[in-house]
Amino acid sequence: MTEHPKTEAPLSSPAESPEEAAATRRHFLQGMAATAFVAACSPLEREAFFQRHFKELNKDELARVLARLSQGYSERFHKQVTVSAEPAASGVLFGYALDLSRCIGCRRCVYACVEENNQSRDPQIHWITVLEMEKAGGVDVMHANAYYDADEVPRPGHFYMPVQCQQCEHPPCVKVCPVQATWQDADGIVVVDYNWCIGCRCCMSACPYGARHFNWGEPTIADAEVNPETHYLGNRPRPRGVVEKCTFCVQRVRNGRYPACVEVCPVGARKFGNLLDPTSEVRYVIENKRVFILKEELGTSPKFFYFYGV
Amino acid sequence: MLFYKFFLGSLRIVTHGGKAYFAWLAFLFLIIGVGVLGYGEQLSHGLIRTHMRDQVSWAFYIGNFTFLVGVAAAAVVLVIPAYIYHWPPIKEIVVLGELLAVSAITMCLLFVTVDIGRPERFWHMIPFLGRWNVPSSLLAWDVLVLNLYYILNFVIATHIVYRGFTRREYSKSFALPLILFSVPLAVSIHTVTAFVYNGLPARPFWNSAILAPRFLASAFCSGPAIMLVMLQLLRKYARLDIKDEAIWKIAELMAYAMFLNLFLFGAEIFREYYSATEHLLFTEYLFVGIRGHNAIVPFAWLSLFCSIVAFLLFLVPATRKNPVTLNIGAFLIYAGVYIEKGIALVIPGFTPSTLGDIYEYGPSRVEVMVTIGIYGVGFLLFTLMVKVATAIMRGEFHVDVEASLRQPGISPIAGAAPGGS
Repeated sequence: MTEHPKTEAPLSSPAESPEEAAATRRHFLQGMAATAFVAACSPLEREAFFQRHFKELNKDELARVLARLSQGYSERFHKQVTVSAEPAASGVLFGYALDLSRCIGCRRCVYACVEENNQSRDPQIHWITVLEMEKAGGVDVMHANAYYDADEVPRPGHFYMPVQCQQCEHPPCVKVCPVQATWQDADGIVVVDYNWCIGCRCCMSACPYGARHFNWGEPTIADAEVNPETHYLGNRPRPRGVVEKCTFCVQRVRNGRYPACVEVCPVGARKFGNLLDPTSEVRYVIENKRVFILKEELGTSPKFFYFYGV
Repeated sequence: MLFYKFFLGSLRIVTHGGKAYFAWLAFLFLIIGVGVLGYGEQLSHGLIRTHMRDQVSWAFYIGNFTFLVGVAAAAVVLVIPAYIYHWPPIKEIVVLGELLAVSAITMCLLFVTVDIGRPERFWHMIPFLGRWNVPSSLLAWDVLVLNLYYILNFVIATHIVYRGFTRREYSKSFALPLILFSVPLAVSIHTVTAFVYNGLPARPFWNSAILAPRFLASAFCSGPAIMLVMLQLLRKYARLDIKDEAIWKIAELMAYAMFLNLFLFGAEIFREYYSATEHLLFTEYLFVGIRGHNAIVPFAWLSLFCSIVAFLLFLVPATRKNPVTLNIGAFLIYAGVYIEKGIALVIPGFTPSTLGDIYEYGPSRVEVMVTIGIYGVGFLLFTLMVKVATAIMRGEFHVDVEASLRQPGISPIAGAAPGGS
């Protein structure tokens, strides 16, 4: 493979890795760049193109990546946007519980999630889908209605079931990803490296809960609406052509806060906590209420429990 | 040096031809242009220019990909009788099957490329360079076996053609192991592709153990159907000596394959309707529609009709040997399997979605443009390769090894055939 003379000069500047192996790899990639990525323009974009997998970045490289992203977002949205890469704390396994007997189907969680997690407003992406079901039919997602449009909720004869990423113990989405762009972190949260995802959408086919969403078009958010406190694996603004999903608000929960959907729920239907802590709320629910998990026959072992509190 | 001459001579052959040949090339370049325009639009606006959405997240592109993997695997149908049973009438046309496989895999790789959201990150999939997720990801395996099969067929076909050019038989010690290896590999490309769908318990429509066998059975119908038509065209326009027996034999093999395909389909239908569980929804969406959504119902019935009629035409020796009914049958099989793989396999898998949502998918203008363009590329590649191969098979394009070492220039190239394909 020959190097394109036009792209050769600027390409060699940003890549000064301390690792020999990384340097060789980059050098090889630079050669391929001529054919694969002729349209490369700014040095920042070029650095993004050659960025390695999140888990392969050493401390310095990660710092540089976070700085690059922070700078890019801040320029784009005209305000200071921070990008953290706070790792999972030890002794923590996050779990979630949702009280179906309290949920009224108001969808406040849906929109609180959008605001917190910087989902694209147009095209619209929601990480939480609230399903309306008939009381007589019980929990039957295949005949649920996600598009109910009511003047007042709850509607008579109906109950509501919000569905989001179930943070499976055996996530089928992680299994099928051809490039390991998605994985389960130590605290049980399934995350995506948006800079590594190739957009093949295998994970969307594999997910039994409709929890994964693709950026079909260029995601747009008004500057004023951008949440500037972001996490690399969570709510930082996503590029087009990659998959995204609920992370239990990784940027919040790794700093001791509740997910946005838990905070906003007006009826207290949403419970969250550390499954390894016997005094946590979520453990209380599991021990004192009768919980069930969605599509248990698929063996995904969700860490998202539904229950009937009253 | 000799190979350089082969290359130059090939170049001369593909740049010479009759009016029909150049009209065909012009047509192909035109539709490739349409595809380039469509893909340009998709690249600048994103996959939102397709009609795929979160509910139906794979569709026409991946359906076409799946269909073409089957076509590529079909080369093996010709290879088995030719080399294992030493059946001479088919042996001489095996190389065409391999060229078809090369063209089909090229199209497969193009369909995957246009389907992914970040094609510039393809290097993430390359073993050692990126992070290749084996053994757990079937798509990672699929990329591996497709590329292996691609390289293998390219090497075999080039070897046979090049040996023909230098007027020698292909090397048994070199080519035969590769040819034999291509047989299980052909089975593997379609099996692994089936497993990409099959291994997803979230999608009950695909989560059936007979999906991979059904893939193979339908591939052994559609691939040879294309070969049948191709062989007749080559016989007529490229003056290639292809015996009737070869064509009839292929048609007979197709009848068996279609029987198996229909049988497996019937077994699936029995299970779905007799047990009538919640999973019946997907089959219902395909054949009768649910809650008034029935966009793909006509296609489902059309596909079934084509397959059954074609099966009968190929089963009866009289209609199999009659050139008119033979070609009708080949066309029906092709259409039947194309609809089955392109639409009836992928779309019902997603409809209703995992949360019961019904999104009615139909390909967008951009998807149709890109698809046409990719077929243009495939046909162009096939045309050019076949033109060289047929010239050699007719003995018009070759060098005398001894002589060529002494004198420059290529000995008799009898110009190019007027028609080509």
